[in-house]
Amino acid sequence: MNSAFEAVSKNIETAAGWQQKYRQIMLLGKQLPVMPEVLKVDDALVKGCESKVWLYIDFDHTENSLVLAGDSDTRIVKGLLALILALYNGLTPEQATQINAYDEFERLGLISHLSPSRGNGIKAMVDKIQTMAEQKQ
Amino acid sequence: MFDITKIRADFPILNETVNEQPLVYLDSAATSQKPQAVINALSRFYSHENANVHRGRHTLSENATRQYEHTRTLLADYFSVKNNEIVWTKGATESINLIANGLASRLNPGDKIALSAIEHHANIVPWQQLAQRTGAEVIILPIENDLTINSVHCSEFIKQQKPKIVAITHASNTLGNITDLAPIISACKAINAISVIDGAQAAMHLRPNLQEISCDFYVFSAHKMLGPTGLGGLYGRFELLNSLDVYQTGGEMIETVNLTHSTFRDAPGKFEAGTPNIAGVIAFTEAINYLTSLDFQQMRQHEHTVFDYAIKQLSAIDGINIYSNQIHNIGNISFNYRDEHPFDLATLLDGFGVAVRSGHHCTQPIMSHLGIPGTVRASFALYNTKADVDAFISAVKSSIELLD
Repeated sequence: MNSAFEAVSKNIETAAGWQQKYRQIMLLGKQLPVMPEVLKVDDALVKGCESKVWLYIDFDHTENSLVLAGDSDTRIVKGLLALILALYNGLTPEQATQINAYDEFERLGLISHLSPSRGNGIKAMVDKIQTMAEQKQ
Repeated sequence: MFDITKIRADFPILNETVNEQPLVYLDSAATSQKPQAVINALSRFYSHENANVHRGRHTLSENATRQYEHTRTLLADYFSVKNNEIVWTKGATESINLIANGLASRLNPGDKIALSAIEHHANIVPWQQLAQRTGAEVIILPIENDLTINSVHCSEFIKQQKPKIVAITHASNTLGNITDLAPIISACKAINAISVIDGAQAAMHLRPNLQEISCDFYVFSAHKMLGPTGLGGLYGRFELLNSLDVYQTGGEMIETVNLTHSTFRDAPGKFEAGTPNIAGVIAFTEAINYLTSLDFQQMRQHEHTVFDYAIKQLSAIDGINIYSNQIHNIGNISFNYRDEHPFDLATLLDGFGVAVRSGHHCTQPIMSHLGIPGTVRASFALYNTKADVDAFISAVKSSIELLD
């Protein structure tokens, strides 16, 4: 697991109770770098969500790494998105395919947010990143 | 008398805990909870009584048919109409589709279909499709700035525009606002327009007397009336109903079939092709009996007291915007906190065990009008109490603290 994710997930892991956990998630969302408006194209919009979620995926050929940016109009989804970005951003496709976001979310007590019925787009984002990583391998 | 303690005990789910908190169920506009009698009836039917209806001369089949038709009679009584004017469908959505399709052959290019701006997508999209197929045009009834329907303005509009069909909700699912139907129906009658009323939300709360309302069609969903899911239906004034083109064809709905030509039964049979939701219909008996065992005035009084209390408590919180009409309302409150996304507030409320819905509630035109992505909707029913409101308000306040 990468150190960026370790750093951001620590506060969630140690949060006392669900309220503090959500507080930390929303804080992460606040700290997410601003996504340039030009990247918020239709293609980057994750479909079927109650909230608006953008995920921009690119591949840096010289560095052989995934380049991710994202945004959401809700605080909670934006925070979960920040976690996903921390998990995958800058990894090589080989490293990315080794990552199991489900295990990580399970460990943080956030697995219910990855359920397809939640309709928050988090699962769709993970699937999209994994597909990209597999293609670039 | 309206004994709320006893009523709550009849709904087993109200004792559940969610996220380690006692459940506070404020999502009855999405689906109502079911009394034990309905749950038992489903189990009893499949355990002891299961058989198909309208065929077979064996005892189980005859009993099932008798019970199935008995529910139709009970519901007809509930709505003060005749039992051959009730058609079973899988829900209000299918009912509207059945009516829209059944009216297709009497529409000509240029004919108008009038809808209100606050309809559920289920009362918009089938009419748009019908308009596309027939060359008819969908027009929108006037709406006031606060999203209430002014019946006088609508009636004038109807008399001017002379639509062939007027489809309008009895109560808005998003806002809970109740439509004053009488002037609108009389305007429809004055110009011979067919009136289609979406009763999905109102059927349980308002126990409508359809003979008095005197509309042509009224659609409902059983699961929003304490009954099982996958069942609904419609009322249609018999001569008009019986003259609709059939929607689905197949077994059960026919009178005679030869290989090149078939004749159909009279309504309601000709609209019930295939094996229907027998268990659902039979269990729905218990839901109707449950509702009619309660004195209507006392039930409405209780609902109104709880709603009124919720409105007052919620309005007192700084930063809360309420979009619903606060007087003429079945019990649905749509609101937001400042410019926070409804998704966040609803997610946090869920953490406190409070079940509400967030989003556009299948009414995107309302959200466009308000310029917001959606609302949080707390919807109340006869089994909710002031204690539910207290738990809800306290959860709203705690959630706001987390957001601020």
